[in-house]
Amino acid sequence: MDQPPSSVKLLGSWADSHTHRVQLALKLKGLEFEYQEEDFINPSPALLLHNPVYKKVPALLHGGRSIVESVVILQYIDETWTDNPIMPADPFERAVTRFWCHFTDDKLAPAVGLVFSSSGEGQKAAVDQVHENLKLLERELKDGAFKGRRFFGGDKIGLLDIVLGCGSYWLAVFEEVMEVKLIDPESFPVFHAWLRDFEEQQEVKETIPAIDRLLEYARGIRQMMLSLSNSSSSSSINNAAASSG
Amino acid sequence: MGEAKQVKLYGFSLSPYCTLVHLALKLKGVAYEYVEEDLTNKSATLLQLNPVHQKVPVLVVDGKPVAESRVILEYIDETWAEPSFLPSDPYSRARVRFWVDFFYQRMVPPSYAIIRSQGEELEKATKEFIEVLRILEKGIMEDFPRKKGPFIHGSSPGLLDIIVGAGNPGTKAIEEVADVKLFTEEMTPQLYSYVHAFLSLDLVKNTVVPYDQVLEAIKERRMMALSSSKE
Repeated sequence: MDQPPSSVKLLGSWADSHTHRVQLALKLKGLEFEYQEEDFINPSPALLLHNPVYKKVPALLHGGRSIVESVVILQYIDETWTDNPIMPADPFERAVTRFWCHFTDDKLAPAVGLVFSSSGEGQKAAVDQVHENLKLLERELKDGAFKGRRFFGGDKIGLLDIVLGCGSYWLAVFEEVMEVKLIDPESFPVFHAWLRDFEEQQEVKETIPAIDRLLEYARGIRQMMLSLSNSSSSSSINNAAASSG
Repeated sequence: MGEAKQVKLYGFSLSPYCTLVHLALKLKGVAYEYVEEDLTNKSATLLQLNPVHQKVPVLVVDGKPVAESRVILEYIDETWAEPSFLPSDPYSRARVRFWVDFFYQRMVPPSYAIIRSQGEELEKATKEFIEVLRILEKGIMEDFPRKKGPFIHGSSPGLLDIIVGAGNPGTKAIEEVADVKLFTEEMTPQLYSYVHAFLSLDLVKNTVVPYDQVLEAIKERRMMALSSSKE
């Protein structure tokens, strides 16, 4: 590569929450980086080269090598640039953080994606699933591991805030596009308050796209999905739904 | 740092995810108490310790519970320093984490599919499993070129050795029960030699569940799956 080894480049997609996670982390660390927009339906040769296994964004290029999978990238960033840590220092706290990252990506995000990609009874079941998952988070914020904290990371945004926060904006977007209730402030007051606080942070405002862009994007995808007949959606549409979760 | 911690593991003997934790604790020389759970009748304690997933394994250290085997393994590595399970440089650590996630995401579904299927479906799942192993072999060769030791991690086993190694008896049992070839020296020579090195350790031999028990469990699962699919 021609660039100096210390330079950082991010391959991402503007509406992809996993890309936002990495952008936010880099911003919080005060790191300069080059950004290359990828069309995730048609991965570029660069993306295929740097993420041959999954062929997806985000991919972080640093020191002539590529790092992929957003939670792996976030830990890499934290371990490489050690000022302003985003992971807690204590091993138990770190385990709690990792546990809820898995919860976010394995339980909450797929349920949110399913709300978007389904209809009728299937959608109702997905909405219930989202509520169940949010209840668990609400409980943890109110009475559990995160009790009394402003953010999951404490006084400042940490890795879990980044992972959960970059993606939770879809809740409001899907509420509007799908006309469902997902994140009612009465049922989830602490989570709701945390999310509002998170989204007010300067670096977050600079990272997450404007809500009307997200709304337009979501409406477009939903339209495309509904206009396809009952045949199973193309993997690209599923990718869109999945990466929107 | 010097005082011994109170360590208790809640698990199920036939769960490979629990075997992972046993192996990790033993490799670190950690003394611990073990509680076997009846998964058809989970204890109130377990449900209280892991209310989110209500699953084993759960590791409780000085009263604090940690759930999810991948999370537990990293927690063990960070709490008891030696021998280390992860490399020290951030890029290599990122690659280990990548392949751990890959293994969990891509290895488990086809292995379940093999157990419960026959004919064309079985063939498809078998092909997928073999392909996933091939990708893993290639990836590990590229990311961790042979160092001074018989393990992926080097001279002592690390996270990937534990995870890939612990899964192997189950794979062998599936091969036998479904009459398929999944893991051979010809197909994936590097992985084969790493797994062999790991499973040859006395500590590992004394920790893993006896093979005939694993075989019985897989036989039963397949029988149940095939008979229910006939209805």
